[in-house]
Amino acid sequence: MDVALARAWIAAVTAAVTDNADYLTQLDSAIGDADHGVNLRRGFTAVSAALDSYEAATVGDVLVKTGSTLVSKVGGASGPLYGTAFRAMGKALPEATVDATALGKALRAGLEGVQKLGAAVQGDKTIVDAYEPAIAAFDAAVAGGGDLHAAAEAARQAAEDGMHATTPLQARKGRASYLGARSVGHQDPGATSTWLIFKALAEVTA
Amino acid sequence: MKKFINAPEEVVREALAGVGAAHPDLRIDIENQLVIRGDAPRADKVGLISGGGSGHEPLHGGFVGLGMLDAACAGEVFTSPVPDQILEATKAVDGGAGVLHIVKNYTGDVMNFQMAAELAGDENISVEAVVVDDDVAVEDSTWTAGRRGTGATVFVEKIAGALAEEGGRLADVAAVARKVNEQSASFAVALTACTTPAAGKPGFDLPEDEMEVGVGIHGEPGRRREKIQPAKAIAETTVSTILAAKPLNAGDKAIVMVNGLGATPLIELYLLYNEVAKLLAEAGVEIARNLVGNYITSLDMAGMSVTVCKADDELLRLWDAPVRTPGLRWGM
Repeated sequence: MDVALARAWIAAVTAAVTDNADYLTQLDSAIGDADHGVNLRRGFTAVSAALDSYEAATVGDVLVKTGSTLVSKVGGASGPLYGTAFRAMGKALPEATVDATALGKALRAGLEGVQKLGAAVQGDKTIVDAYEPAIAAFDAAVAGGGDLHAAAEAARQAAEDGMHATTPLQARKGRASYLGARSVGHQDPGATSTWLIFKALAEVTA
Repeated sequence: MKKFINAPEEVVREALAGVGAAHPDLRIDIENQLVIRGDAPRADKVGLISGGGSGHEPLHGGFVGLGMLDAACAGEVFTSPVPDQILEATKAVDGGAGVLHIVKNYTGDVMNFQMAAELAGDENISVEAVVVDDDVAVEDSTWTAGRRGTGATVFVEKIAGALAEEGGRLADVAAVARKVNEQSASFAVALTACTTPAAGKPGFDLPEDEMEVGVGIHGEPGRRREKIQPAKAIAETTVSTILAAKPLNAGDKAIVMVNGLGATPLIELYLLYNEVAKLLAEAGVEIARNLVGNYITSLDMAGMSVTVCKADDELLRLWDAPVRTPGLRWGM
């Protein structure tokens, strides 16, 4: 991945959250407060504007700028969580070009940032339920000799499976946890937006 | 959706401009979405700030002024403010005695205030945070995000604000805020969902003959759905849940709030207060002070919450201290 590809990834995420804003908000209205899509669309629109006027020397520069803008513009839980994830990824990639192994390590640093802040583990019905299996699949594909696209494609599939697996779960973190057993039967909006992020990575590396 | 708005994305800023026009003694920072006391920062006074998603008015901006908050940070509707805003508010009210952050216990609010406190620490401002979690509809367990912060926030802001106004130190102001939170419990029931300007339609469908029991203040569904009952029975459920979570003894004094969630008329809130007062009298609890009205709302939700805070002489003295804000005003 080089700087141009990193920019393309973030542009693809921006397009995906914009196209799916109503869908994410609809998922969030079932078990949350109906703002996830609106907030991410607002955040990534601001990211897009910030990156347009930003000279990035490294892949990390693009991702840190993305994360900082999300922290400053989104609010709620998704702003700090995704903002921290992209910042942590970016700090792990201070090079103009990075290989799949390095990107895998950076994705894991992003997950660690999310978990440090939100204290969620797999099965809590959160972002982590899509993120953790996605990077496990990414790493496994790289270890098996796969290139960046093969790894990203494996991550996309695992994120999608993880997202679907949130539906029968009872939420234990975030606003959906207030519903207790009533959160069962609804797909988690955060896991869904995480799937969109990995889907965008698979698309731009094709 | 029918609302008095111009454009959904401009609601918060245009409403803040209105607050500024109506209350010239407050300073409005539109860019950072802050309501600030006109005379902030005050030298050697502990600064109190709070904030959260918009849509709960008068909380928090309506409680900025003498004897209460020094500044409030308004997030987007039902979305917590961002760290940059909270940092700006913290700097605007720091008079050298430190700043207390009053944070309602929601995942996003806690994270954003925590990030702001770290940034303020980098600028050598002492910050203490008090997390309000009084909503006893939610079980406080490792399996949830913990109890929500709701009605007790009004009590915390009033009482901690009074102590700060009379010169209390940061540690003492934080301690009294925590005491109020620990001694308070709230419970809410909704008759309709609310409509956020961005979503344009109600957050959930509630049939004509049903109510949501144990709701929060963000239009999310409650703990359970039941057939609607007379106010007397709803008050019994509410008061018994509160007393089960935070027991009061016969002879205890309390500050009690019957609060509307945005679209419930005062006539119904007074009717409910009558029921609540009878139930507390039966339990031997003396209502020493009360509030009946709309203090922490959920946009246009029809519904009510009850908050009970066990009060001693110290809390009552601070409650009675002068306050001059758009939302609470007495003693001067």
